[in-house]
Amino acid sequence: MANMCPYGCFTHAVVRSIPETFGKAVGEGRENGETTVDLAKAQRQFGCLTGALRQKVGMQLIEIPPDPELPESWRIEDVAVIQGDTALITRPFKQQRRSEVEAVRRVMSELSLTVVEMGGEQGDSGGATLEGSDVLFTGREFFVGISSHTNRRGAEVLADTFRDFAVSTVPVCGGARLRNVCSMGGPDTIIMSSSDGAKKTLRMMEQLTDHHYEVLPVPEESASNCIYIKGPSKRDFLLHRPAEECPESVSAFQKLQDYTLLPTACSEASKLGASLSSLCLLINRKHTYF
Amino acid sequence: MTTESGTDSEAKQPQENQEKRKAKAAAEPKSPQNQPEQLPAAAGHSTPARKGQQEEDQESHRSSTSRLSKSPLRGVKKVKIMQCKITLLDGSDFTVNVEKRAKGHVLFDKVCEHLNLLEKDYFGITHRDIENQKNWLDPSKELKKQIRTGPWNFSFNVKFYPPDPMQLIEDITRYYLCLQLRDDIVSGRLPCSFATHTLLGSYTVQSELGDYDPEEMSSEYVSELRFAPNQTKELEEKVVELHKTYKGMTPAEAELHFLENAKKLSMYGVDLHHAKLVGNLYESLAPSEGEDSEGVEIMLGVCSSGLLIYRDRLRINRFAWPKILKISYKRNNFYIKIRPGEFEQFESTIGFKLPNHRAAKRLWKVCVEHHTFFRLVSPEAPPKKFLSLGSKFRYSGRTQAQTRRASAQIGRPAPLFERTSSKRYNMSRSLDGAPIMENHETPAKDGTADGAAKVIAKGDIITTVTTEKKAEEQGEQEDFKKDATETTEPATPLRLDTKDTEPPPDVVKHQTNVSELKRSFLETGGGGTPGLTEWEKRLSSSPLRSPRGDEAPMIEPLEPQDTEDELPVGNETKDEVGPKGTVAAGYLVKYVAGSIITDGATSSGPHGISLSTTMDDDVFVDGTLRDGVEDKTPDSHEEVLVVKVSPGAVRQEVSQAISDKKGTLIIFREAEDKTDDEDNETAVPEELETGEKDAETFKEDSSVDLKSQAAAVKILSSKVEIKTGDETQIKGIDSPKKAMVSWISEEETVTEVTGVKEVDEINTSNGLQQEAEIFTFEEVQSSQLKSNLTQITVSEPSAAVSTLGWVSPSQKAPADQEEKEAVVRETETAAAKQTNLNSVEVAANDTPVVHTETKTITYEAAEVDRNGDADPGVLLSAQTITSETTSTTTTTHITKTVKGGISETRIEKRIVITGDTDIDHDEALAQAIKEAKEQHPDMSVTKVVVHKETEITPEEGED
Repeated sequence: MANMCPYGCFTHAVVRSIPETFGKAVGEGRENGETTVDLAKAQRQFGCLTGALRQKVGMQLIEIPPDPELPESWRIEDVAVIQGDTALITRPFKQQRRSEVEAVRRVMSELSLTVVEMGGEQGDSGGATLEGSDVLFTGREFFVGISSHTNRRGAEVLADTFRDFAVSTVPVCGGARLRNVCSMGGPDTIIMSSSDGAKKTLRMMEQLTDHHYEVLPVPEESASNCIYIKGPSKRDFLLHRPAEECPESVSAFQKLQDYTLLPTACSEASKLGASLSSLCLLINRKHTYF
Repeated sequence: MTTESGTDSEAKQPQENQEKRKAKAAAEPKSPQNQPEQLPAAAGHSTPARKGQQEEDQESHRSSTSRLSKSPLRGVKKVKIMQCKITLLDGSDFTVNVEKRAKGHVLFDKVCEHLNLLEKDYFGITHRDIENQKNWLDPSKELKKQIRTGPWNFSFNVKFYPPDPMQLIEDITRYYLCLQLRDDIVSGRLPCSFATHTLLGSYTVQSELGDYDPEEMSSEYVSELRFAPNQTKELEEKVVELHKTYKGMTPAEAELHFLENAKKLSMYGVDLHHAKLVGNLYESLAPSEGEDSEGVEIMLGVCSSGLLIYRDRLRINRFAWPKILKISYKRNNFYIKIRPGEFEQFESTIGFKLPNHRAAKRLWKVCVEHHTFFRLVSPEAPPKKFLSLGSKFRYSGRTQAQTRRASAQIGRPAPLFERTSSKRYNMSRSLDGAPIMENHETPAKDGTADGAAKVIAKGDIITTVTTEKKAEEQGEQEDFKKDATETTEPATPLRLDTKDTEPPPDVVKHQTNVSELKRSFLETGGGGTPGLTEWEKRLSSSPLRSPRGDEAPMIEPLEPQDTEDELPVGNETKDEVGPKGTVAAGYLVKYVAGSIITDGATSSGPHGISLSTTMDDDVFVDGTLRDGVEDKTPDSHEEVLVVKVSPGAVRQEVSQAISDKKGTLIIFREAEDKTDDEDNETAVPEELETGEKDAETFKEDSSVDLKSQAAAVKILSSKVEIKTGDETQIKGIDSPKKAMVSWISEEETVTEVTGVKEVDEINTSNGLQQEAEIFTFEEVQSSQLKSNLTQITVSEPSAAVSTLGWVSPSQKAPADQEEKEAVVRETETAAAKQTNLNSVEVAANDTPVVHTETKTITYEAAEVDRNGDADPGVLLSAQTITSETTSTTTTTHITKTVKGGISETRIEKRIVITGDTDIDHDEALAQAIKEAKEQHPDMSVTKVVVHKETEITPEEGED
């Protein structure tokens, strides 16, 4: 379609810094006592990520300042789904996260993207919830993982927003999020965890798609979340978890021909169930038709 | 089945309509039939009851006036003319008169002619029924049967959206496709984003208005065009912005850009149907918590790649055609049987509830048509009515592969056509669109094709088919190949259905001596199973039998009742299938050959594989099988046509192949023993009478030996003639084309069998002729060594193959040095067979001739030998072995070809049984066949031709 171009061409990245309350208010179901996160380390890792995006890959970086009132606001991926020149502002599952969207919405508007609201303005959301970490866009179609945080109504809104594309729903097993078990590793490549749950999800994706993707399996689930970007220089970059965090999977990335691999640590965020892609929104402003 | 079979449904529809009409009778004096003509209309009102009657026997009475009493008198002479109004894609109306009895294609052709459209297979005509649902007009069915109410108003639409519009040959075709898509978009059927509306709109503007001209075009100039269901000022501004950048772009280019973008839309070419889930959904649905999937509203989308299942706008499942084993409907329900997955052991059936029976049938038809058009090389033959319980509806048009091939021949200069403005899209037209919601309108075809029509269609198809294979290959992607390889045989589907099958019963029905022979042949071959060895093989490989086969796409358009019911149906079909199966194989092979050739030209690697793959679709196979079995005569005609035609097509291809050096692999399977037999029967007697050749029987061909083949059917005759011509040419020349000819010649030889001498001459004269002889042999032997060859072999198990094979080998020999012969094995087998045959007293079986009527079968061993010898000369890989007993002469011809990594082994056995009337030739033949099968368990019998000649016997002192 007009919006259909190979996955991976991005010019801008939007991130939101780690607040002091990082890991504090995670609250709810999680055992707070169990996870102890190192704020300073998390901020260092965040800095490494943004540095890689800006300096190595060559992206324009937009950093939204942290808000102590929003301890999870650094998981910016959840609050918007962007394709082409359209940004869908989502409705996160947790009530306390829903105000995270405001700052993001502003940025989207400033980038002159067409902003579509999921909740509120366009009428009642009907209980729709959707988080970006349950959405995999392949360049050709969307997969939405129906998870604890994303429901079918949310997926419907997404389908209504991005009408050019097929939007398929897939089950996500084990309470995980879709993006926890897979990510794009190239225009036609999906990096997939080889856990049983992920395999089930993958099988469903294979059944639902009209296209053919290469699948790069990785033994560790944490390794399956990467960030692939075809930078301004037309080189292929892959940000992935370093060998310390997923020793068995690094060799798999070596199979990617002519890639520039950028090991990027994410251990602290991952303690909270997040991963590399959770930390940024990728945008292609040089959008071309064809 | 009790009530719901397709046939029933068809019957029902009229009834329903009748009732409705009766109710409305007063209000609507103009029943469809009468409408145009005043008199009939009047009659209509006066007696509603009559209407009912009329409808019931529409066929017989329609042509005549509505008054039954007068029908006999007027019936013949009076031709009712109906005025049809067709809404074209540009919104204009086209009015044309057609005879009331005319078939759908008459109207369609007139419209296409009016539109100057050659690539018309992607299009169709729709008619809204009383429920305001769009139904596709069946080109092979009479119009009056399809239009039961209301005025004869139609619309012209795209029926099959080409996945790659770039491959359309003519700009005018793309233009009409664009018009359809614009309407799809504006109406909301084809949803797209704002950006896409903008982009497509800008191309539309460029196409219609040309370059942006600030002087002539006011700021409002785009407002008169419609681009989207909800067109905003912002959208128009963006359209203008883009339009300005297109300077110099021609309308055709703009349309190409339009299509290149539109085709990527996820709902492009998806025909949606409302339905509800029946039973628990599939694990894949990922239902929300606590949600019961039962009764959930969904949409079924039929498209080129398969069946899509949507819930609201979300795709919740997808079944590619290869995944679907069978589609069926019963009452309001539509079922798909799914091939078991990698980790599943059994196929599963998923049911959907449609709003009503008609909707279910409409969906089923659309599925059958899409599957056939996009997945098959050629349409499958419709089942014969009396044996099949389900609807006999089949897609009778050309497949995409065929139409691509055919349109490649379009040589006319690009036609000039005027692009009308799209002003027609006025606000009133725009709908908001939930495209999904619009599904109700999905069109479906009605009706089955008539036998005659079918035949014709087939003929066309066949001709085209060969050519089209290329297209298919090109278009058809690797998936196809994969499937093919895996599936290997189209036959699989049949088998699935037929697992238990017993072809024999069907055969019995036919009751001809020949049929008996066949039956015995089949029975023996199967070792209890009716199927041939090859069949068995296929079965084993088939998905049904072995869960493993994932890819082979098979769809059987049967109308099963319940699962339980289906079983019985399946059996019935099975029986039919058995015999047909062979036939089908024949078709397949031919196609394959064509494809192969083309492939060679084009080419990708595994030509051999591709052959089998192409044939994969089950549906196709089933159809063919059925045909063969059910109706002897009709089938025979069809088959004959096919065969003959294919040769013609093959010829060209072969020639090409030869030139390309790829032609070697051309193989024909002809499992059509029955057909041949039948043909032979009809033809043979005539031939005998004539004395030498059957030429007489064949109207046109007469002089040529080939004519004997013509015996198959008059219809064929025209084709036959051509063939004969080719044959003669071939004889003179040893080109690959000759192979085709040889095929023909084979048939001739059969007929000629009576006149042994003639045959000999032929043999000597042409290598091709040898092939023909080989054919006969092949038929007898039925089974072949293909097991060794694996894929290729499988495809060509039958004798029919042998002929082609022979030809091809000959060609190959020159062209392909690569070919190798595994003569040794074959020879051994042949020897064994021969011995067996001898014991039986079977002198020699000539493929071509099978006549139960005549008691004496005459064959010249010498001839056979000669043939064999000649063949080897021509074909590097061919061997002929002859053994003689007192009463029996057996000639075995084994050809092995290796090309492109695929090897094919073909065994043709000719058994000549010489003896007094006392000898039971049928039994002897049956024995011979049985033995042949036993000898070559790995192979299947593709063709058996029996020729009996009583009179000639004395002359034939050869043995």
